[in-house]
Amino acid sequence: MKYCVGIDLGSTTTKAVVLGEDGRVLGRGITNSRSNYEIACGVAVSEALISARFGLLEEALEREHVDADRRHAQLEGLERGFREQQYRGDLGELRRVMEGYLAAGDYGAEERKAVDETLAVMLEESARLYGEGSSRKSDFFRDLAGSRYLDLVGAFARERGLSYDKLVGLYDKAILDVENTEADQGSFAARIRAALTVLPEPDAALTRAIERATAVELAKAGSVGTGYGRATLPFAKEEIRSEILCHGLGAHAMFPGTRTVLDIGGQDTKAIQVDENGIVTSFQMNDRCAAGCGRYLGYIADEMNMGLHELGPMACESKRPVKINSTCTVFAGAELRERLSLGEKREDILAGLHRAIILRAMSLLARSGGVHDEFTFTGGVAKNPAATGALATLIEENYGRRTLNISPDSIYTGALGAAMFARREWSRKEPVGAA
Amino acid sequence: MTPKTRDAATAQKDDSQLRQKEMIAAHYSRLARTHETGERSVYTFVPGNLTELIRNFDLLPVLPEINALQSAMRGKSKEYIAAAEREGHSEDVCTYVKCDVGMKRAGNVGPTGERLPDPDLLLLSYTGCFTFMKWFEILKREYDCPVTMLHVPYQGEGEITKSMRDYVVEQIKKKVIPALEKASGKKYDEDKLKEQLRRSAQAEDDLVAVLESAKHKPSPIDAYFGGVYYIGPIFTAFRGTQDAVDYYRLLRAETEEAVRAGRGPITPSGELKEEKYRLVVEGPPNWTNFRQFWEMFVDEGAVCVASTYTKVGGVYDAGFRHDPDRPLESLAEYCLGCYTNLNLPSRVEMLERYVREYQADGLLINSIKSCNSFSAGQLMILREIEERTGVPGGFVESDLVDPRYFSGANIKNRLESYFQMIEQKRQGVTA
Amino acid sequence: MTSQSIAALVESANQLYRDYDFTSVKEWKARTGGLAIGFMPIYVPRELLHAQGCLPVGVMGGGDDLEIIRGDAYYQSYICHIPRSTIELGLGGKLDCLDGMLFPAICDVIRNLSGMWKLEFPGKLSRYLDVPQDFEDDMGGVFYRAELEELSADLARRGARPYDAEALRTSIAVYNRLSALVRELYQLRRDEPWLVPTAELYCLLRAATIWPVEDAILHLETYRDLVRADASRQPMDQARVILAGSFCEQPPLGLIKTLERSGCYIVDDDFVQVHRWLVQPVSTAGDPLDALVSAFLHHAMDSPTRYCGEATKGVELVQRVAAAAAEGVLLCAPSFCDPALLDQPMAVDALEAAGVPWTAFKYAENNGQFQVIREQAGTFADSIKLWSGV
Repeated sequence: MKYCVGIDLGSTTTKAVVLGEDGRVLGRGITNSRSNYEIACGVAVSEALISARFGLLEEALEREHVDADRRHAQLEGLERGFREQQYRGDLGELRRVMEGYLAAGDYGAEERKAVDETLAVMLEESARLYGEGSSRKSDFFRDLAGSRYLDLVGAFARERGLSYDKLVGLYDKAILDVENTEADQGSFAARIRAALTVLPEPDAALTRAIERATAVELAKAGSVGTGYGRATLPFAKEEIRSEILCHGLGAHAMFPGTRTVLDIGGQDTKAIQVDENGIVTSFQMNDRCAAGCGRYLGYIADEMNMGLHELGPMACESKRPVKINSTCTVFAGAELRERLSLGEKREDILAGLHRAIILRAMSLLARSGGVHDEFTFTGGVAKNPAATGALATLIEENYGRRTLNISPDSIYTGALGAAMFARREWSRKEPVGAA
Repeated sequence: MTPKTRDAATAQKDDSQLRQKEMIAAHYSRLARTHETGERSVYTFVPGNLTELIRNFDLLPVLPEINALQSAMRGKSKEYIAAAEREGHSEDVCTYVKCDVGMKRAGNVGPTGERLPDPDLLLLSYTGCFTFMKWFEILKREYDCPVTMLHVPYQGEGEITKSMRDYVVEQIKKKVIPALEKASGKKYDEDKLKEQLRRSAQAEDDLVAVLESAKHKPSPIDAYFGGVYYIGPIFTAFRGTQDAVDYYRLLRAETEEAVRAGRGPITPSGELKEEKYRLVVEGPPNWTNFRQFWEMFVDEGAVCVASTYTKVGGVYDAGFRHDPDRPLESLAEYCLGCYTNLNLPSRVEMLERYVREYQADGLLINSIKSCNSFSAGQLMILREIEERTGVPGGFVESDLVDPRYFSGANIKNRLESYFQMIEQKRQGVTA
Repeated sequence: MTSQSIAALVESANQLYRDYDFTSVKEWKARTGGLAIGFMPIYVPRELLHAQGCLPVGVMGGGDDLEIIRGDAYYQSYICHIPRSTIELGLGGKLDCLDGMLFPAICDVIRNLSGMWKLEFPGKLSRYLDVPQDFEDDMGGVFYRAELEELSADLARRGARPYDAEALRTSIAVYNRLSALVRELYQLRRDEPWLVPTAELYCLLRAATIWPVEDAILHLETYRDLVRADASRQPMDQARVILAGSFCEQPPLGLIKTLERSGCYIVDDDFVQVHRWLVQPVSTAGDPLDALVSAFLHHAMDSPTRYCGEATKGVELVQRVAAAAAEGVLLCAPSFCDPALLDQPMAVDALEAAGVPWTAFKYAENNGQFQVIREQAGTFADSIKLWSGV
């Protein structure tokens, strides 16, 4: 079957969405962005295709009349097995690269041994990492492997009097290479079959469904890329669309009633107005400084020694938010420390900070033409309950009641819009093929 | 772009461009030789400049704004601004001023590499920009020469009243002319002024014809990036001279020829072959990355068909002409009528007219950090124009001569989004 | 008892100027049926408004009280704060009780705001009040008189009483009393700064732009008498400083308190200049419009907004330092304030030539954090005290 893909190369993550001929979302993929844009895009697309295959697999299971509960259990088990296979493959690549460095650089036998043992433990642990009921802090290999490697190698360094910094440096070098080398993504079929073997109770229907899903030939019919402020996107010029347009169209696809879109990402904030067809009629972006963007919350989290995702819930505890007028990223730390030293409560300060960010967004919204019904909020900050709470309040106060849409897949908004542009181009070229 | 196409572009320079280059070079070299020739100079500003009157006394005008923008185009402004900021000038304020202060510190070397003369008179035409007043207060401390203030009141109510005109005329008579007489040692010659103003009006006719040629499709000119070259002579030292008359006649002939031939404007990358977007532009250009900025338009097939910046030294396309029969009155009306002296509703009306008459696809605002006279209120102008005309507005930010405020990637990103938005609207394709 | 009365008076002034619903103005209008005309900082000829039965109402931004939501949509980040809070007040309906707004010639931002006001509030009187930068009677004077006549006619068209010379003479006399009183308080503060804390004076001066002038006079007299009688106010070891640069966007009260708490006596300042702009009583003899014009041309304060062609910038500031026996100058300008910041290097030159210590910092009307300024002003005050002790 033919598909179209949209890729959104963001400052922190790269996303891909795959659409089928009928315009249905077949799969979504995400990876961390890296210096080699092409590879980041390649990984995101291959992840999206994997998720598309899982979708096909689910359809095949339905056709086998497997009931929903069993289907989900099987798929869940398969996916864990599949991810474990992926993880082990990546570990193998990491080992290969590290061995290269160990052989070439001035590493002693003890250091080599520590690395060797660390990687061995990590390989051994993979089953547990992806075991039933397990949860992982990140979906990205760099984070998963990194945190475990640091723990293990740290312990070895202490026990054996080795330089921890040197061993960490080795990982940092190696992971960059791993991430920026065209990896053998491994065929879906091989990995899913390997995953199948570890399932406790394989059955014939599942095997048949897997064979059917893997047999489908996926052929790319079109592709569009987008991304913020990149001087060079790894796409042909005619395959690039502005992220504003992609975002507007993506939001429209998720919520067809959308007229106003707000996106607060890591580095920038966008306010977009779209018409009933998802066509952008006006937009505004934050000016040169990144005040009030997601990154600001990142600084605050670092300053408070908290996780980014913990900020919102804590801010929601506030009964008396403090008033904060500045969202200057540079001064965020100083302002925070002063507030704390004045004895103000952390939750009250955080509530004030969230409100300050949303105030910045409100002014961009006003600049772009206001807030019309329906209103769709996207980007990383849309996951933050304190931010969405403040936004909802301020919008109601200033524009009246509005339907507020937030999709759990909002991170894919831009990629979805890009995929729709790709599909549009495709249907223009091959009108018969499109539904 | 490859060096080869650059050569091709250079080769495409029109005769008028070469002529202009010669005129400006000659003027600067004349300035550089004043210590030998004994000629005297007057520093003054572009908006509300009294060039004919200055030259009536055979004085040579020097325009600090032009020096500043030339410094930026030569890549000097960064160090000049840094020098001024080291002296205590705030990073918040106009970078033209700081660039000028820094240039003075570095020996007052002009665009041709030669030293500019110290002024024999500072003629402060305070027109449409508050900073001008502060600028010359600062310069007055630098130079041991007299200063004369010509206060040009603002068109707050959107019109030039008799009292405003009288005020300016009285100042010209009682302050400016005596100051020029003193600086030059010559007497005011009204017959000569009438002759100068007649030449001004002639050049103004031709300039308007050139600017309005952009109503053709495709437009033979770029009225913003290219426009700054076209206004060069008449906005600076040449209004009222035969040189200016000849230059604008030549430019007009070339433009008319381009219209006949259906040619597009000449850009840094050569002739623009396909006009995809027609834009009206509000706000001054950025000078540090002028070419890079222009190429962002050229790459997308965007042509600026009208701009307000090319009206800071006179809004001739609205009908104003210098009038030899009313010499001082028409000079006063000229000063009062410059673009930066118009109130916001008048600016909106002018832009609305441009969008309609030039059949523009959009209004693009280049918001300049330095220039509050232009920038304060531009976001409102943008919305007003969108509402009145239905064309989409675009908004980018940069600065006049401070390279720290030019973010190429950011501007390119916004421009591309903007052009694609226009394109998408035009197609009206449904999702 | 005295202290309590002072506190109550200051607090009522504080509440009045921070009442962005302008309740007192609405009450005045209901009572008198007159027009209320807003004006922005520095100077407008309130005498003329008063003579035509109007209430001049100072609109000096939204301070640190107002949350800016729509105002930022009108201004880029590199433009000062007062226009955004002013437009926020307007869009929020807070200024609906005003029949008009006057925008004095302060700078390009306020100038352009006058046009924005015309577009945003087409039904209201909105005027840019251009003032001459030529100070000769036969040029700037003639022009300014015509400006005032136009303003007067515009007011009358909007329903104000028509111009009457006798009424204007009376109003000039009333405002002469107000400015004499304000000058007296400034003198008192110079002489005995512990009696007149600037944080108090500031609240009263702000309120005095909103109170009807007759009330303002009463309140200021009361304040003067109370502080003179308050024996609890005793001198402290503080540095005597002049604060310069805050003539348009007014600082938040917290900033003034911070400066005083960090060891400074502010013995002269640029706040709420409208009361003191004309440095001498305006003549009540002859043609009263001419008298206003002449006072503006020949007896106005020095200001960064007023042309000073003869390289004498900063001379007046140095004179003020001497007159106030000040030990240093705080150059305290709003961020992105063109007139103040462009003036600053010239002011610094003059101060340094005269050997006057100075320090500089910036603020915005909505600043809530003063830690850095407290440190800076405290260090400055300490260093002055150390020098003066040598």
